[in-house]
Amino acid sequence: MRVTVKLFATFRDGRFKVEERELPQGSNVLNILEPLNIKPDEVAICLVNGRDVNAQHFLNDGDTIALFPPVGGG
Amino acid sequence: MGGYIGKILRVNLTEGKISTEPLNMELAKKYLSGRGLAGKMFTDEVASDVDALSPENKIFIAAGALTGTNAPTSGRYVVVTKSPLNGVVASSNSGGQWGAHMKFAGYDMVILEGKADRPVYLSIHDDVVEIKDAAHVWGKDVYATTDTLKKEFGDDKVKVLSIGPAGENLSLISAVMNDLYRAAGRSGVGAVMGSKNVKAILVRGTGKVENANPDVMKTVLSSALGKLRENGVTGQGLPTYGTAVLVNIINESGIYPVKNFQESYDAEADLISGETMTANHLIKKDPCYRCPIACGRYSKWEGGEGAGPEYETVWVFGSNSGIHDFDAIHKANDLCNKLGLDTISVGATIAAGMELVQRGYIKPEELDGTPLEFGNAAGMVEWVRKIGYAEGLGAKMALGSYRFAESYGAPELSMTVKKLEIPAYDPRGVQGQGLQFATSNRGGCHVRGYMISPEILGLPEKLDRTSLEGKATWVKIFQDLTAVIDSLGLCLFSSFALGLSDYAALVNAVTGANYTDEELLACGERIWNNERLHNLRVGYSAAEDTLPKRLIQDPIVDGPSKGQTLKLAELLPKYYAERGWDEAGVPTPECLTKLGM
Repeated sequence: MRVTVKLFATFRDGRFKVEERELPQGSNVLNILEPLNIKPDEVAICLVNGRDVNAQHFLNDGDTIALFPPVGGG
Repeated sequence: MGGYIGKILRVNLTEGKISTEPLNMELAKKYLSGRGLAGKMFTDEVASDVDALSPENKIFIAAGALTGTNAPTSGRYVVVTKSPLNGVVASSNSGGQWGAHMKFAGYDMVILEGKADRPVYLSIHDDVVEIKDAAHVWGKDVYATTDTLKKEFGDDKVKVLSIGPAGENLSLISAVMNDLYRAAGRSGVGAVMGSKNVKAILVRGTGKVENANPDVMKTVLSSALGKLRENGVTGQGLPTYGTAVLVNIINESGIYPVKNFQESYDAEADLISGETMTANHLIKKDPCYRCPIACGRYSKWEGGEGAGPEYETVWVFGSNSGIHDFDAIHKANDLCNKLGLDTISVGATIAAGMELVQRGYIKPEELDGTPLEFGNAAGMVEWVRKIGYAEGLGAKMALGSYRFAESYGAPELSMTVKKLEIPAYDPRGVQGQGLQFATSNRGGCHVRGYMISPEILGLPEKLDRTSLEGKATWVKIFQDLTAVIDSLGLCLFSSFALGLSDYAALVNAVTGANYTDEELLACGERIWNNERLHNLRVGYSAAEDTLPKRLIQDPIVDGPSKGQTLKLAELLPKYYAERGWDEAGVPTPECLTKLGM
């Protein structure tokens, strides 16, 4: 399956803003994080298609994953 | 006693009379200082039927109980008055340095009453207070005014608060500015100062704010600073990227209003994000008094440099106007600072104008050749200027988006609650924040209970933004806690890392009080109910605890939150019950008795 991965704030340092990834069926968010060398506890917000999920969340073809370190404002 | 100075400066502008009086410590125990005590004194002293722009209205400029101490983020003060925009209690707070220096000069609060017979400014140098002629700076922008009056004062350490041309022109979306570009922005407080012919207030203080328990404070302060440092938002996210780091997260959540809330996702938002601003525009950080977070930005753009812009400003002059031109956003922000305008309300009014044009309400000949259309950056910047100087159609826009849209028979195109423009979160995709917008005591405002924190950012814990479960309770607690933070004179952003117990420890250490967590939160609830009672007295009812039709009846049309709606009708009765109010949203006698009101 094919998913879109978007990185924000410090996660972009030395990585990328947005890339597509080919993954085997049954992959979860952890399978995205590992090759990016991002530890699950560094992720403050993980959105899949705009909904907040945890690292064990299983992915589907066409999903958009947005990963944020702790950020805020107002 | 620490924290409080114990003295109020009262200036009757009609009579030219300057006096001081003791701070009522019995009231301060119940309402703290800042927003709380000034709000209580306002409701006690100003009759509910007073015209906001008449001499009978008063302005209470109040520091918080901890303002000017070594408590972290203790640089804030508040402007409390009757709002000329919507008649509610305006309580607009601001950071920078001015508030702390008012306390160093020896005052918890400055009250302005009556109306001067000519433009004046107030000069406060410790206990030497003078009303001076301001004819030479009337009409000048905030920067020129600050520069001129500082030179006249002859001491570079003087801090200046002033209005710009917008406040002089009685724009209902004008701000009170301090330290050049810090704004008590919302509710049209600049116009009230303008209506009194007061251009500026200078403070030069050589005193200091006492601390009741310096030894206890060392421990409490160390703990608070540690939490602010360790917290990912206050220790890293905000210092690195500023508030505009929210652009991407709010957009990716699908609650980022676009083109006057017609859409809720912007595929090009990253062009104007905090990440982009940091990479291409940031010159330096610009912290307020005693702030370890330092979210303030100082940036450059094509042809200039200056403060900001903040998240709300980036959004309102950016995506909400269909614009992705950072230089234009900077210019619009800079103009607002100099003309003394509230960026949120100005940008939202321009966006409403763009939709009025889109739908054919405004005819091209009304525009005097200045484009008013989504995506036209140069036109947008020019409209900011025209609003500030009340030129052409800008004079109508200077009254805010509600009156502007209503004048075309289309008030539903004004994205406001109680006539105050809603900030950068589509409430349909975030239920608690939607309830908060509807019930905020000053109208469409995010900083009366920032539910984005738990519902999007996951602080202090993660809530499902689409769920109604527990939201009424959360909103009440957030509103009450925010009233406490505002009244202590601390920055709301500290609450990303600090909780009620931390605030209780700080206020107890500094003032020598002995609040339990529950007692301190009850102060916030008292402050909230006092404001609510005022709003009911001026004629508001449960019918106005609502949002524009678009945000109540229509589902979100695009993006990750497509199809979502705000379930306000289910949330409101739960909220009223949680507050101990009756079904009409009126505080019950039992509720008021419990709070000692």
